[in-house]
Amino acid sequence: MLNDTYLTLAGILLLAAGTYGFRYAGPRLGKQVWLTAARQQMFSDASLLLLFSVAVLATVYESGEYAGHARLAGIVVAVILCLARAPFLAVITLAAGATALLRLLGVQ
Amino acid sequence: MFRGVLLLHRRRILLPILFVCLADGLVGVSYGASAVSSGFELWLPLSLSILVLAGASEFIFIAILSGGGSPFAGAFAGLLVNSRHLPFGVSIRQTIPDGMRGVLACHLMNDESVAFALAHKNRRLSHYAFWFCGFGILLLWPLGVLLGGLIGSSIEDPAQFGLDVMFPAVLVALTLPALKQQKLLIPASFGAAAAVIAAPFAVAGLAPLAGLLGLCVRKSGIEEKTHAE
Repeated sequence: MLNDTYLTLAGILLLAAGTYGFRYAGPRLGKQVWLTAARQQMFSDASLLLLFSVAVLATVYESGEYAGHARLAGIVVAVILCLARAPFLAVITLAAGATALLRLLGVQ
Repeated sequence: MFRGVLLLHRRRILLPILFVCLADGLVGVSYGASAVSSGFELWLPLSLSILVLAGASEFIFIAILSGGGSPFAGAFAGLLVNSRHLPFGVSIRQTIPDGMRGVLACHLMNDESVAFALAHKNRRLSHYAFWFCGFGILLLWPLGVLLGGLIGSSIEDPAQFGLDVMFPAVLVALTLPALKQQKLLIPASFGAAAAVIAAPFAVAGLAPLAGLLGLCVRKSGIEEKTHAE
């Protein structure tokens, strides 16, 4: 059992160290000379695309399963409000409100 | 520091940042509670929340452990998830100073703080937004996990209040205007669709990276897109 704890601790430290490595490497990489303006633009675009696909995945799935209509509807509300240039807080609270309301009405 | 708060307040970014940090704290509460109620000791989610400080990878690590997988399989999946911090760091390099402050700044990098930084073209604004969001999450995420772990399963289901929509809604609200401005809506939609299709088949942690496929349909003309400060 104690052995298990050490293994788990090792896993945590590995994850933490590796994650910090990614975080540390990025800015250093970005300051290199070979990184032309076009390549830097590509990294910025890549970051935006990654964040967007993370958002969509977090909308559609919950631990590997479909997350349900209510959450999807909340994000549709967020997208519409966002395109209508609603203020940030309005977008977030109304999206959560829409999902909560739908769940209250029995939609999952 | 105080000037930064003032600037963020004037540009109406301070309140959104506080709100996002608070929402993350609440997610932390439910994460801590569910980790403890599924049999993990509190030190496990707590040390993850302090040392890793990246929700998605912590969830996948715990999910793999509770499914009987090895901690190393969990770490590997978590690292796949967190590999996105590499391009994040390249794109926000101007916000990360050299020296000791830079060592801390790197740890503050997460989906939300990077999204706040990328949402603003003004360099100072983007800088302060990153630091405040990063710091807020550094404080509130572990604090939430600690609270959740102590209170345990007695808390209500946060999904009831639509809390689970907050995280994707925050990212959508921060990235959509930037995607639109940079004419990246089509590549982003393509990448996200690829990620959604890949998710059920992909190795744990790999799916978000499929979003990078959107780069293939990106117009590479950068003349008009190059940042003007």
